Amino acid sequence: MTDIIRMTAADLSTHLQSGEISAVDATQAHLDRIEAVDTDVHAFLAVSSDALDTARRIDERRAAGEKLGPLAGIPLAVKDVLVTTDMPSTSGSKILEGYMSPFDATVVRLSREAGLIPIGKTNMDEFAMGSSTEHSAYGPTRNPWDLDRIPGGSGGGSAAAVAAFEAPLALGSDTGGSIRQPAHVTGTVGVKPTYGAVSRYGAIALASSLDQVGPVTRTVLDAGLLHDVIAQHDPHDSTSLTDTWPSMAEAARSGARGDGLAGLKVGVVRELSGDGFQAGVQSRFEETVALLTAQGAEVIEVSAPHFEYAVAAYYLILPAEASSNLAKFDSVRFGMRVQPDGGGTVEQVMAATREAGFGPEVKRRIILGTYALSAGYYDAYYGSAQKVRTLIQRDFTAAFEQVDVLVTPSAPTTAFKFGEKLADPMAMYLNDITTIPANLAGIPGISVPIGLAPEDGLPVGIQVMAPQREDARLYRVGAAIEALLEQQWGHTLISKAPALGGK
Amino acid sequence: MAKDALMDYDKALELFEPVLGFEVHVELNTKTKMFSAAPNEFGSAPNTNVSPVCLGLPGSLPVVNEQAVRYAISLGLALGCSIAPSSRFARKNYFYPDLAKNYQISQYDEPIAFDGSVDVEMPDGRIVPISIERAHMEEDAGKLTHVGGSTGRIQGAEYSLVDYNRAGVPLVEIVTNIIYGAEADAPELAKAYVATIRDIVTSLGISDAKMERGNLRCDANISLRPRTAEGEPPAPLGTRTETKNVNSLRSVERAIRYEIQRQAAILADGGTITQETRHWHEDTGRTSAGRPKSDADDYRYFPEPDLLPVEPSLELIEELRSALPEPPAARRRRLKAEWGFTDLEFQDVVNGGLLVEITETVAAGASPAAARKWWTGEISRIANVQGAEASALVSPQNVAALAALVDAGTLTDKLARQVLEGVIAGEGTPQDVVDARGLAVVSDDGALIAAIDDALASQPDVLAKIRDGKVQAAGAVIGAVMKAMKGQADAARVRELVLERAQS
Amino acid sequence: MSEISEEQVAHLANLARIALTPEEISSLTTELDQIVDSIAKVQEVATPDVPATSHPVPLSNVFRPDVVGETLTIEQALQNAPEQADNRFKVSAILGEEQ
Repeated sequence: MTDIIRMTAADLSTHLQSGEISAVDATQAHLDRIEAVDTDVHAFLAVSSDALDTARRIDERRAAGEKLGPLAGIPLAVKDVLVTTDMPSTSGSKILEGYMSPFDATVVRLSREAGLIPIGKTNMDEFAMGSSTEHSAYGPTRNPWDLDRIPGGSGGGSAAAVAAFEAPLALGSDTGGSIRQPAHVTGTVGVKPTYGAVSRYGAIALASSLDQVGPVTRTVLDAGLLHDVIAQHDPHDSTSLTDTWPSMAEAARSGARGDGLAGLKVGVVRELSGDGFQAGVQSRFEETVALLTAQGAEVIEVSAPHFEYAVAAYYLILPAEASSNLAKFDSVRFGMRVQPDGGGTVEQVMAATREAGFGPEVKRRIILGTYALSAGYYDAYYGSAQKVRTLIQRDFTAAFEQVDVLVTPSAPTTAFKFGEKLADPMAMYLNDITTIPANLAGIPGISVPIGLAPEDGLPVGIQVMAPQREDARLYRVGAAIEALLEQQWGHTLISKAPALGGK
Repeated sequence: MAKDALMDYDKALELFEPVLGFEVHVELNTKTKMFSAAPNEFGSAPNTNVSPVCLGLPGSLPVVNEQAVRYAISLGLALGCSIAPSSRFARKNYFYPDLAKNYQISQYDEPIAFDGSVDVEMPDGRIVPISIERAHMEEDAGKLTHVGGSTGRIQGAEYSLVDYNRAGVPLVEIVTNIIYGAEADAPELAKAYVATIRDIVTSLGISDAKMERGNLRCDANISLRPRTAEGEPPAPLGTRTETKNVNSLRSVERAIRYEIQRQAAILADGGTITQETRHWHEDTGRTSAGRPKSDADDYRYFPEPDLLPVEPSLELIEELRSALPEPPAARRRRLKAEWGFTDLEFQDVVNGGLLVEITETVAAGASPAAARKWWTGEISRIANVQGAEASALVSPQNVAALAALVDAGTLTDKLARQVLEGVIAGEGTPQDVVDARGLAVVSDDGALIAAIDDALASQPDVLAKIRDGKVQAAGAVIGAVMKAMKGQADAARVRELVLERAQS
Repeated sequence: MSEISEEQVAHLANLARIALTPEEISSLTTELDQIVDSIAKVQEVATPDVPATSHPVPLSNVFRPDVVGETLTIEQALQNAPEQADNRFKVSAILGEEQ
């Protein structure tokens, strides 16, 4: 039998259901792995002290003959942006150090109800602002492929946790690529569902109209299994969709069997390739597209003329919404409180607290967002950005009239080194150029590993995008790509990741 | 607080034209809050009617209360407004500790109702139409208590305590267009306008509309513009102040009058008016300066991304329109006829802002005459003395119960006034007060006869006079009996019994 | 193109209630200027005929019935409060006005 921690969630599920492995075994194995490697990786901000008890109860229920869901007994890493009642929720910020939520995020509640075992909270850029986890107030997470490099962001902790076999499954949140870009740089799978498919209730808001919670895993099927658990209508979130969804796990299984590639129309976005993309990223991407063609897919180049305005629009909409969403961190009801020297009025206490409690990137974006919304600038900036959003949606609509899915490299480069882009915020922002359009348009996107860049031996991912509500397409196409490549390689990509720490 | 210089009111009106505008906030009496399922309840223990949404806890999200939307549409229709086919919520961003998220969810450029008009009836019966710019939905803030310092006010307080029970209570804010031409009647018009809004929301049943509880709050904008000679163009509008904290109909009137006199004195003295919020102080009858309003106020409104547009169907709008109660002016005409009041009597009721109270008192079983007598008489007298709103003193149910006790002969008018005092003092229902204070009329003939016989026995000369047919002599005996009964007897019954016993 | 001044950043910091240091104001002024330069391009295509999109998935009339649901216990409400007294959240004196 394979080592428990190296199993996919789907395999682990089979063993749990057959009784060969108990939930306690599975949980203990992952807790041991965290103990062994997380000093190096630093994927976790908190590890659950209840996990083993929870696992024991799952085992008891199974022993009592209760019919449990496919993921019952499987450990789950939870991005710290999601509030939990049993572990602190900080969103990577000092201002929320030790914060205990009186309620669980809806996705966490649904995961618990499905028998998943929240094992810990994962590191992230502060309030999900960043592409490297270097903006976490608790220190960066390291990429398991190269500990000197970033694991992506903002959800670097969740991606690194699954890449380092510290958890088979994780939850992330994606506002401009925070699930997909970390998947790209860590050789894992990440899905941003259609906006509204997964509840945002209990996700500490960054930009409400862009945020979406989704699965972070090592395989497309595992992502589908987790997606099926969390994509439920939630009356606590006004933007939650009431759709009945097909099973994403089924879509992944059908894709892995090779169904549906023949005749599939695949669009390559002219504006999201070529210049500005690392050579190895571009070549792996082109090889994968060629592989799809070889399987009978029809590849069409499509143009999205307004994508060049996407980053600009995003860096107006996000800071504007964030500046308002983060106003609640004021030292009155929860969180840090800093008294200015010699006391002060409540106004001064708030300002001192926010000065001390927020990191530089958060302050930068709050000030930028305040500017974009302020009197006299609204129309020029926020208003214009909302119009660009319309134009980008129109580009997608036009493209999806020609093709079934769109593909791009998931990010322009492989994992960069710590500090490389810290001094130049705009360079860091441009790293999200491939992922941002999907958030602006509310469409779903997946990142699937497609190999290592020859020049640096680091993972590369392909992004597949589908029209709103067509999440199942991502799983079919994503699983097909994954199966074809693994067949070609004779192994999974993640199995080539360097051994860490203890093992 | 330095005393403001005030100009004589008539003199102020000679020199300046008052220009008005009102923002009335109506708290809706839904069961739950605007954006969360926490109870909308007055008077609960601090921070017990709160959900994660009310506290703005990380991860919480608002969801719109459907009933609040229906109420807002009904109110908009009652104000003669158009209902927007699509309206949106917006965030108004400013930091204040009673505002849990440090933004208020309100409506900005897309309110649910706009362009209305409401007829306001003045004390002399004139109808003045007031043009409504908009009515929009929003949420209330929490409640701050200032501790330390001498006044309990914000100035000089050592610290403040925040209770978020009120945070998120649904509000509709009604904004008028600028009102010209009110002239010397400005204070009366203001009062009559607020009374009209109160009547409308009460008849709709969408608000408890108790000003003393803050269910209905009026922010009054006032500016003065100098009069120009005939033929000359009018002077530009003056700088306005916004008077808040006006918690009764009476203080609406007083506050406007005060601001006119205060602003006139400053302007006549060559000074300038500061654009600012003024706080009305009921106790001193003055306003004081609050935070200056300036262009620095930058609320950074933007569409609330957590909420979706409200797009009421025409069917819903028509359903709500057909369920509207009759407009206040028509209702007043009907009530006057139903109650059979004279013009003068009815004007008294309207001017006292007592229509609702009398309607409810009649509904609770009292005769219109009795209801009017109590509300415009004794209750208004006490309200005046206490500087309070009559409606705040006693409930219509208790007034009806009091009238019933009089009708049943349990109380005389004089005793009933004592019982009313007890009710106002918080001793319970009229029956509770009667029981506790032992105030009922002695209707036990046995006890009366014993007292009469005693009195007659001790005044044999009087007895003789009565027997001689000098009936008026009975007065002395009646007086003695009433005294013995400590006033708790029906004098007419005593008289009957005295004459009866004297002949036996 | 230098559009953003230090005074402006200081004003924005005040609106956002962040007590930035003079050094932060200075460096943020430079950074914001660069960022705004590159994001101002949205104006090139945001013509009057283009409607604004504020929600990626168009929905409307999402309501909740007016039925009382769960509330927090007083312990839960106050469990994260930096300071409290009399079951209420305690804050320093407010010099300003009652809203």
